[in-house]
Amino acid sequence: MALRGNLRDFTITQLLNLIKLANKTGTLVVEGPSETARVAFRDGKLAYAQIAQEDSSLAFVLFKAKKLSSVQYKSIQQRATHISDKELGLLLINGGYLSQEDILTNLQQHFANITQRLFTWVEGFFHFDNDSPPPEDRISVRLDLENLIIEGSRHMREWEQLQDEIPSLEMALKFTDHPGTNMRNVNLSVEEWRVVSYIKPNNTIRQIASATNMNDLEIRRIVYGLLEAGLVETSRLSDGITPVPSMRIFPSKDKEEQKSLINRLITRIRSL
Amino acid sequence: MQTVKMVVTGPFNAGKTQFIRSVSEIDIVSTERNISSASEKSVKESTTVAMDFGRITVDEELVLYLFGTPGQRRFDFMWEILSEGMLGFIVMVDSTRPETFREARSILETFHAYAPTPYVVAANKQDMKEAWDISDMRHVLHLDSKIKLISCIATDRDSVKAILLELLYSILSEMENGTK
Repeated sequence: MALRGNLRDFTITQLLNLIKLANKTGTLVVEGPSETARVAFRDGKLAYAQIAQEDSSLAFVLFKAKKLSSVQYKSIQQRATHISDKELGLLLINGGYLSQEDILTNLQQHFANITQRLFTWVEGFFHFDNDSPPPEDRISVRLDLENLIIEGSRHMREWEQLQDEIPSLEMALKFTDHPGTNMRNVNLSVEEWRVVSYIKPNNTIRQIASATNMNDLEIRRIVYGLLEAGLVETSRLSDGITPVPSMRIFPSKDKEEQKSLINRLITRIRSL
Repeated sequence: MQTVKMVVTGPFNAGKTQFIRSVSEIDIVSTERNISSASEKSVKESTTVAMDFGRITVDEELVLYLFGTPGQRRFDFMWEILSEGMLGFIVMVDSTRPETFREARSILETFHAYAPTPYVVAANKQDMKEAWDISDMRHVLHLDSKIKLISCIATDRDSVKAILLELLYSILSEMENGTK
């Protein structure tokens, strides 16, 4: 029977457990609200993972992990467009730029990160394709799922807590009027500074996440830290982007009639 | 017939249903169901799963509706719908349960983001000996001194009336200042 369904009925944790226990080989395709992930397994172990809309090439993974400089990355993009990841890996190893372990470790980390992101997806459809092995031109790994499941469950708990703390990404951020700490003396990480640099009354948290290339979990984590430190607070948008209620607040547009209505309410409540 | 509405929100078991019940002229339309979470079940047996709905007739032409938001966070998809077109909102906080203060703050921010209308915060259950002081609650809830944080006993009609009046005064004040 085809393994397919809805993430509401079957969680990522359950899916990975099943794949591990059944030693499955194939590709799990998860269609989330805005992204599609393809995660390949061989004999119940993680082999490859990719978010459809994101670059998962070896060159990009190594560049993101700071194993390749931007000059090297651009050079590969320009000159080595026709070679596969496997060929590129061999070239890098033979050229003495990187070891095999470097390449595999970074790929494992990248695939693990993608898989862990899936734990925050609660909406979407999935299907498991038995006949779809990892892409042949890409380097696959063999990563046990146990630790991924444990780590993913931790992420999920953190995600749930962060969602409680920051329920909407459609809010803006502003610096607190009287922060307990002087911003100049605060030690912020590079990622935190990037977020801070985008804090403006008309930027939503989601827009900041987009500008800083962070996913929902990453931006919530950083914003939560800034909120807890008392450096920023959430605020509504100030430039009129705030969703305007479609239902009218007052039956009349006339200001005097509106005031009269409020006064009638006051009189009535007093008389209760 | 003209209708206007206010929303009563706040964490689970803050006293929203009782608040509306105290002033509504109709038996409130409440959709309470048994609680699924064990931790919440230890606090009370049922909670509002859709919304409470109370009514105060002002005169022949005007009716005020009071909407209570669902008590459990998994129904928060209702919030945006409920916030549409509200005159203002009341955030109920259980003064005896500090573990809910953070959530109350979060609900307040979410509602204010949905609709930048005036609001007041009602520190409910102030008649109970475990109730936190208003000044301590203001501090923990990160409420600016301009935001009204008012002592409340949701079972007492006069107390509920006072909260509603404070919200109406805030609405009137904003209108007179030309910010609305």
